[in-house]
Amino acid sequence: MSNIDLKELKEKAKEIRIKTIDSIGFLGVGHIGGAMSIIELLTILYYKKMKIDPINPKMADRDKLVLSKGHAGPALYCTLADKGFFPVKWLHTLNQGGTKLPSHCDMNMTPGIDMTTGSLGQGLSSAIGLALSMRLDNIDRNVFAIIGDGESQEGQNWEAAMAASQFKLNNLIAFTDYNKMQIDGYTKDIMPIDDLEAKWKAFGWNTYRINGHDFSALDNTIDSARQSFDKPIMIILDTIKGKGCSFAEGKLNNHNMPFTYEEAKEAIKILEETNV
Amino acid sequence: MSEKDMRDVYTETLIEMAETNENICVMEADLMTATGTKPFKEKFPMRTFNVGVAEANLVGIASGLSAGGKIPFAATFGCFAARRTFDQFFISANYAQQNVKLVGTDPGVSAAFNGGTHMPFEDTGLMRCIPNLVIFEPSDTVSLKKLIKQAADHKGSTYMRLQRKGKNSLYKESDKIVLGKGNVLKEGSDVTIIASGYVMVPEALEAAELLGKEGIKAAVIDMHTIKPLDKKLILEYAKKTGALVVCENHQKACGLFAAVSEMLAEELPTPVQAVAVEDKFGQVGTLEYLQEVYGLTASNIVEKTKKVLERKQIRVGVQNG
Repeated sequence: MSNIDLKELKEKAKEIRIKTIDSIGFLGVGHIGGAMSIIELLTILYYKKMKIDPINPKMADRDKLVLSKGHAGPALYCTLADKGFFPVKWLHTLNQGGTKLPSHCDMNMTPGIDMTTGSLGQGLSSAIGLALSMRLDNIDRNVFAIIGDGESQEGQNWEAAMAASQFKLNNLIAFTDYNKMQIDGYTKDIMPIDDLEAKWKAFGWNTYRINGHDFSALDNTIDSARQSFDKPIMIILDTIKGKGCSFAEGKLNNHNMPFTYEEAKEAIKILEETNV
Repeated sequence: MSEKDMRDVYTETLIEMAETNENICVMEADLMTATGTKPFKEKFPMRTFNVGVAEANLVGIASGLSAGGKIPFAATFGCFAARRTFDQFFISANYAQQNVKLVGTDPGVSAAFNGGTHMPFEDTGLMRCIPNLVIFEPSDTVSLKKLIKQAADHKGSTYMRLQRKGKNSLYKESDKIVLGKGNVLKEGSDVTIIASGYVMVPEALEAAELLGKEGIKAAVIDMHTIKPLDKKLILEYAKKTGALVVCENHQKACGLFAAVSEMLAEELPTPVQAVAVEDKFGQVGTLEYLQEVYGLTASNIVEKTKKVLERKQIRVGVQNG
């Protein structure tokens, strides 16, 4: 990836981060922590990797994304709005009655959302179904799935892990947003999920572990994952929960936290003044 | 009698549909042998997915296949289809407005030798709480075939209670069977017996015969579709006969009896009596033994019919002052 590309992606991630803080801040409460930790991933997927068309969100031969940790929806909405799937002004309707941007992703409400999620642990199974459909339709694209680290405690993920391997789904690329925190505390204290790489490998997946905020690593790893011959791919992302949001970054209570619009504006100002 | 078992008709119908509709898929969770879908796999290996003993994943993958435009028929024992996968079926399939055709086999006492752990008396009830879901229970091989085809055409998820074993045929191939509409199998003016499923519809017909010998004219309706309920037909017969008995191989709470009673309570309060499982868990035994134990028999239908007719008489007496 050229330095120009890298700078552009960093700028774009900053914009999406700002929009996400603004959108949740306008409401006054939301899942800021887990939204911030996947901004780089969403940015590179939607701006560099995925074949999509904002004008034709249901295009048959597109890449698809299942945001299994559906509570990070606001980060995805800001990415989709920025891409032009729907007007940016929708972002201030987040979670308001009658909105098309509900707290958790809904494929029947929001243009660009490929699967409804929200009940943790279900998204990877859905992603397998989408990947099998692509195979049946001879569509040579990818299904991307993003699961949370706390979410990895749900048993259904491991049923899905076995199945994706058995079905040799090399078109399925999953990510674990390993930000090390969940609602009640640190993942290591509540219910440890290590060794994630060893676990997924044992279930028959190709695995990678990278810094989830490093665009170069994301770029190389996703390209490499796409070359998988007959295995599904799990990319474990070491991330920071709340990354880039001054009052939330690294805070244990940032899963679903209240904050004022003034606090949001302050955090946005700090971001704007930071060079990428 | 049909030449084929219910499950053979299930698979044969899926194969027939799959010949012309490339979106039809079959999913199993290590019960392919029990459901009898191996012939489908032989014919369409690429469209058959066995996920092993993992029912949550079964419904999850089915939801994803649907989101990718496929029409998955996913089967497992009814106890697992309803209890084990309820959240997956609720959220990933129904809340997400998918087109998943979930099949719960061995409804109620037909789980027989698998016993209490495998005996779904509550699956219809759980499923009734899912908005817009279509729920049906074919009573014979002919209606099974016709109803599966309509379920495949229906845009949205469905839940079918499937009796796997048995060759009963109550209908002729030429009979009209429509998803969402009850079938009147026998006319009668004194009381209406509404029944659903392979076990109870024949018992209802037998009960009507027995009642006939005592001069009681009972109408019998096969209410194969539990949701949406055929309100029009039930109201017509509630007006015509003034008393109803509802028979189901299921808990009395939250099933067909509840659906009929809820509707009548709002539209046309009418005496209704249930022939259903009375707040009990399942147990092991032969089908015949279990029908006796839980009162799912023609003789109990006769008894309950007489009871509801007494209530009807009292009601008529009160109305007449």
